Amino acid sequence: MADPPKFDKSSRYTEGRGLAGAFEGETVTRRRLMEGTVLVTGGIATMAFALPGLGFALGPIFEDTTPTRWQDVGRRDDFNDETYVPRVINLVPEIGDPGKTTIYVRRYNPKRDKRVKGQDPQPYVAISTRCAHLGCPVRYIQASQKFVCPCHGGVYGFEGQVEGGPPVRPLDRFYTRVRGGRVEIGDRFSLNSELKRFSPRDPSNHLDGLWQYIYPSRPTT
Amino acid sequence: MKLPAPPRPKFLRRSPPRPGRNGPNGRDGAPATAKPGVKDTATEGAASLVGWLDERTGTTPFLRYFLYRKVPKGTNWYYTLGTATLFAFLSQAVTGVFLAMYYEPDPTRAYESASRITNEVFLGEFVRGMHKWGATVMIILIFLHMARTFFFGAYKYPRELNWIIGVVLLVLTLAMGLTGYLLPFDQRSFWATVVAVNINASGPVVGPYLADFLRAGAEFGPTTISRFYALHMLAIPGLIIALIGAHLYLVVKLGTTAPPWLKAEKKDLLREEV
Repeated sequence: MADPPKFDKSSRYTEGRGLAGAFEGETVTRRRLMEGTVLVTGGIATMAFALPGLGFALGPIFEDTTPTRWQDVGRRDDFNDETYVPRVINLVPEIGDPGKTTIYVRRYNPKRDKRVKGQDPQPYVAISTRCAHLGCPVRYIQASQKFVCPCHGGVYGFEGQVEGGPPVRPLDRFYTRVRGGRVEIGDRFSLNSELKRFSPRDPSNHLDGLWQYIYPSRPTT
Repeated sequence: MKLPAPPRPKFLRRSPPRPGRNGPNGRDGAPATAKPGVKDTATEGAASLVGWLDERTGTTPFLRYFLYRKVPKGTNWYYTLGTATLFAFLSQAVTGVFLAMYYEPDPTRAYESASRITNEVFLGEFVRGMHKWGATVMIILIFLHMARTFFFGAYKYPRELNWIIGVVLLVLTLAMGLTGYLLPFDQRSFWATVVAVNINASGPVVGPYLADFLRAGAEFGPTTISRFYALHMLAIPGLIIALIGAHLYLVVKLGTTAPPWLKAEKKDLLREEV
């Protein structure tokens, strides 16, 4: 009685493993090859539309959506260094009223304003009314010389530094310059509690201590 | 002399009586029955159409399995909360499609179009009201359904996955509320959205990117509304429909649980419904 044919299950060759329809020298079965082909082509076809689509939707994260735009807010003498004057600027001109915001502007006061080392002060202080807690509009109260937020009770001092409530950093400011005797407002920037300048951040993003490391800046700024 | 009548066209000729008990050629020689009326023809036509579809799709066995499956003793009205939520969703879907026919997702026109729906379009106030209040009703029903599942212990093995799918559906429904809230574009919805996006921005590491994704940029911009609108009417509802399918599939596959106050019986654990 002949011995049953011996097969080695770990053989490289389908023939050696004793598979039906095996070819000599064949290492991958045709069924397995077809499975692989279907998976790879299906994957490529899916990625071909999914990746561009995803990039399209996520695009605004990686592109600069707020181009620099200098806006005239008045003559030099319209502003003093003792109190704020409200002005309305266009953050997003294309959308009309929702794109407008109020800012508070005054001249830089060398006696009163804190000087940050290694950083030129802006000629004018233009404070954004976007609360650093969750973005509600703050209001300047002349009598107490404080900015107050209506939503959750954030209070900021004369320079926009946090004096109470939930905000995590001072009020944002805008770059300023003087051209032909007129004051112009440029890009937004954020400040930490030392009033050091940072790229613009969203409200609620810390800029001090260890907290600042879990809130990355935008890739474009 | 009487001439033979010309042959009548085929459609005017009476069809020969069907062979049967009552026909003139029937066994008892009774008079022929009347020609089938319009009603009979319609019934027969509808029945044969349904039969044609049924034979090709196998709907009847599926529906028999789906609708006449056995349920445990003690099943009560609380078990209808899931279906109630499903109908709230369907109502939102239907009214939402009709609202989309009049709504314009553009920052300069959104408020105008929404107020036109309320004030000018025929029944617009009613349909918009249904969509607005239906959203609240759906959230309430979801939480009642969730409470029923929790207190009846219906989330336990083997139904954990269905609980997880349900939680994802809850989160997606809340996301529908968030994205839909902006669309009327009045003061309240604008500032609510500003604050909501900034709450997203407060998440560690991914927060700032998530906020930029939602706003389509660093500031509330020209495409923020259309982005919320696309998420609200296409992306999230698609996900919800797919997950409702999975949810229902698991309910049918695993069956429902008996209320916790029902003790297991020695015999007749499941009673067949007659």
